[in-house]
Amino acid sequence: MGKHTALYEKHLESNAKIVDFAGWDMPLHYGSQLNEHRQVREDAGVFDVSHMTVIDVRGAQAQAYLRHLLANDVARLKDTGKALYSCLLNEQGGIIDDLIVYFLDKHSYRVVVNAATREKDWAWMEQQAKDYEVRLEARHLSMLAVQGPNAREKTLSLLPSGMRNAVAALKPFTATWQADWFVGRTGYTGEDGLEIILPNEAVTVLWDGLLAVGVKPIGLGARDTLRLEAGMNLYGTDMTDDTTPCASGLAWTIAWEPKERYFIGRAAIEPLREGTVEMIQVGLVLLEKGVLRSHQVVNVEGLGQGEVTSGSFSPTLNAGIALARVPAGVSDEVTVQIRNKAIPAKVVKPPFVRHGKAMVEF
Amino acid sequence: MNNVPEDLKYLQSHEWLRDLGDGIVEIGITDHAQELLGDLVFVELPDVGQTVEAGTECTVLESVKAASDVYSPVSGDVVEVNEALSDAPETINNHPYADGWICRIKLSDTDDLNQMLDAAAYTLVLENEAH
Repeated sequence: MGKHTALYEKHLESNAKIVDFAGWDMPLHYGSQLNEHRQVREDAGVFDVSHMTVIDVRGAQAQAYLRHLLANDVARLKDTGKALYSCLLNEQGGIIDDLIVYFLDKHSYRVVVNAATREKDWAWMEQQAKDYEVRLEARHLSMLAVQGPNAREKTLSLLPSGMRNAVAALKPFTATWQADWFVGRTGYTGEDGLEIILPNEAVTVLWDGLLAVGVKPIGLGARDTLRLEAGMNLYGTDMTDDTTPCASGLAWTIAWEPKERYFIGRAAIEPLREGTVEMIQVGLVLLEKGVLRSHQVVNVEGLGQGEVTSGSFSPTLNAGIALARVPAGVSDEVTVQIRNKAIPAKVVKPPFVRHGKAMVEF
Repeated sequence: MNNVPEDLKYLQSHEWLRDLGDGIVEIGITDHAQELLGDLVFVELPDVGQTVEAGTECTVLESVKAASDVYSPVSGDVVEVNEALSDAPETINNHPYADGWICRIKLSDTDDLNQMLDAAAYTLVLENEAH
């Protein structure tokens, strides 16, 4: 038996099909992954993401530490509550994890990392913290993501009254908090919505309240197709310890300036800055019926082969879609090897879908 | 418990077969199989006229989760395929034993039918899997 979030019994009540995810017993779906996907695109759904790890970084050198640790630059965060997406790199420039860091105040930040990478992230962050006046604390809190065009409106009245106005006024990629309730206007679906970090004792009441106003529970299956349509990377497939941000479509998250800021991995990836990358990430839309899957071979005429890093079926586009790593210089059409056939696919720039609308033509 | 109609024959790998008479059979996947696969989004049907052998793959089903082979319970020639599945693969999820049939095969060896499980034996297979 795996670890359980505070909502495990609630998932069973909603007829969840439970699967193991990184040692946690988590809901894959509650009946139909496709219906759940559409629910988020058209209305509002709630994900239990309490398996993710919240780490608070506090101390006089919290900023200096994070500027050394992360490829993106927390000095860009000027306003309280502002969030930043960043890669955590090893010395070789490979991606240990991707994360979101929130600026709380001059001496404190909140970092949210993936569940599957919890142990190695923590070990790495602790090791790097030795040289800084900084203290890391892993928080035992629950986390819900409420996503969809009606998500914010349906959630607002269920939040502690003292923070409703502040939440209603949140701009994208910012957060506000009150005691142990922390609400950010962020997500992993390409829709508007909130991510809510809150005490374990409070999560059941919020979950029941959301279901009562018509927000539907959404499993990890739909979470994957939603994030793929949104063109967002999945750690472990689209990026790994052995791939750089430049080969993973994440060059935009590297803060090269100021030059004098040394961050871990900088020396290894600096040569890639001026465009000598061999492999790049692209989006693919299958031009015939079928489903793209990770590890399928992508044939790029004249340049060699690439690989699907994560693929699925897009319910919104009604087509197979994927993120793939292919030789730089790829044209606008490739073929993907599916079983014994080479099926044509169009090369596109993700996202595939944003705010319920198709963003690519094929 | 899953729906297992009395009038069909089954394979342990969760395919069903309906004897249409005159040496023609219809095949599909069971309610249990569709539930395991989840929402189907693509069906790669065999070609009409194609020869299939008992125990070998004749169709590929893809759900959002994974691709899965369907094995032919019998040897023979494919005489008809359910073209409607191309545009509505979810029919297999909704009606696995009726509109969700996959193809019809003209038997080359009627003995194949005797190798298959009846509803009671298949129900036992499901019960054992559940434990």
